[in-house]
Amino acid sequence: MKLVARGVSYAYVPGQPVLHGVDLTVERGDLVFLLGANGSGKTTLLECLCGLRSPIEGEVLLGEQRLSALPPRERAKWVAYVPQFAETAFAYTVEEMVLFGRAPHVGPFGQPSRADLEKALHALDLVGLDGLRGRPMNALSGGEKRLVLIARALAQEAPFLLLDEPDAHLDPANQHRVLSVIRALVKEGLGVVATTHNPNSALLYGDEAVLLRAGKVLARGQPSCALTAEALAEAYGIPFRVLWDGQGPPAVLPRTDSP
Amino acid sequence: MHAITRRTERASCQVKRAGLVLALCLLPLPILFGSLLLGRMSLGAKEVWAALFGGAVPETVRALVLRVRLPRLLAAALVGTNLAVSGAAFQGIFRNPLVESRILGVSAGAGLGAALAMVLRSGPAGIQTLAFAGGLLAAALAILLGTAFGGGILVLVLSGVLVNSFFSSLVSLVKYFADPYVQLPGITFWLMGGLSAVRWAEILPLALASVIGLGGLLLLRWRLNLLTLSEAEAQALGLPVKRLRFLTVALGTLLTAASVSVSGVVGWVGLIVPHAARALVGPDHLFLIPASAGLGAAVLLIFDDIARTALPTEIPLDILTGLIGVPVFFLLFMRQIRKGGGWR
Repeated sequence: MKLVARGVSYAYVPGQPVLHGVDLTVERGDLVFLLGANGSGKTTLLECLCGLRSPIEGEVLLGEQRLSALPPRERAKWVAYVPQFAETAFAYTVEEMVLFGRAPHVGPFGQPSRADLEKALHALDLVGLDGLRGRPMNALSGGEKRLVLIARALAQEAPFLLLDEPDAHLDPANQHRVLSVIRALVKEGLGVVATTHNPNSALLYGDEAVLLRAGKVLARGQPSCALTAEALAEAYGIPFRVLWDGQGPPAVLPRTDSP
Repeated sequence: MHAITRRTERASCQVKRAGLVLALCLLPLPILFGSLLLGRMSLGAKEVWAALFGGAVPETVRALVLRVRLPRLLAAALVGTNLAVSGAAFQGIFRNPLVESRILGVSAGAGLGAALAMVLRSGPAGIQTLAFAGGLLAAALAILLGTAFGGGILVLVLSGVLVNSFFSSLVSLVKYFADPYVQLPGITFWLMGGLSAVRWAEILPLALASVIGLGGLLLLRWRLNLLTLSEAEAQALGLPVKRLRFLTVALGTLLTAASVSVSGVVGWVGLIVPHAARALVGPDHLFLIPASAGLGAAVLLIFDDIARTALPTEIPLDILTGLIGVPVFFLLFMRQIRKGGGWR
């Protein structure tokens, strides 16, 4: 099973497209990072991939089927979306928040069963937050909140996970914690697309990187091949340099000694 | 072993919460019975029991209990339940703990309907019908206006504010032209809220609307949680957000309009009771909706007891709910701030 964007274009204002014929494929067991400057179309592409937006041209396919042809509940059983923040005015507990992920599996007038609860608790186990299940969401750290949202998406039991900047606003330890959990889930067979502003996240944890510039794909491929100093310089408009100590993946940094 | 302890702890916590919800749902029953004893002519428990269940009791006492006090108290319980439940649901879907059941202009619309009915010299049934229609009309206008401008939460709230203001001005206009000796005081008293005129005839439509509105919201109550998330999150969880939000607004409006058409304007209950219920059972609507229902009935029964017994003349309900509601809300607010923000 694959999740495929084929020639996807999208415009918020007619005549001013923010995505131009983008192709992207994610298979189960793949971790694809989407990179690009602010406004390059990363989040819009992510929202098209999970069916929150319908492309004005092109299509998003789940296997052979158009994603837009699926009813919302059915679609949510295949593709789960993890926002950057949980926006709620009420302090739900961690357990309640993760249980919301069972929504596509609960009838329109129903409520979660004991089996749903077990699945939610299992999802919390998977992200290592089992001990926090009674804690209100507003008492968690940024990294923990992000992991709760991932657990909620896992409770959805969808084979594809789309994450909006899972490493944003986190300290290095929490970035590592969140991205390691995602890496482990990919190893278990999930297909993941994540946007990021940090090329090193893609270099360290990704199977593939797709670099967008003004709504078009500028470079794609294995992160260490796609995220070259030249490609990054073109995407972000500042010079970069690549650091490699001969072991593991390279790292990139903006050049401060600009000519 | 750890897992088993964990599950047991959780189960006991859930049982405690379910027990609390059940207790809150049953709370109105003893209060209702106690309220039947109170009034200008106080009755004994045995007399009331006999009147209710066909025992030997003077006909005047039976009539007082069954024809005067019982319909009024049932109306108080239903109005309290309806306002609290619709308030809890509206606070959820508007993602704003400061919203209440009147947010879409229902009260102002109902006020206009009632005022017109009084100017047109309709009887109690006419007042109730026009108030109900006015409430529904105002909310429908707010929803239409909100939908025309994109259907977002903020736009809907703003439309509610506009409609509220417009209908309040229309009420003032009707008052201005009303006969100042009979109609004007009638309108003014109606707008201050009260249940003194309620008889069985008013209960039937109220009960019917309550069954539909409460039944619907009780069925939807777990899904209401998902509507408190951002629209994108709720959609990604497979929810038909706009349809579900519309259904919730329609059910909440039905409850509010049916209640206000019987009780007149009663403020604060739809704002404070959901807060208090949330403090007791948490924000999960699975528990919050039934807890608000029980607590709302209990609170309005007590308010109505004070309204009809504290002074030689009746105190309008809206004055009482305001006088007591404001300090209670202030205390809840301070408690929340002391806890470090975030509504529970």
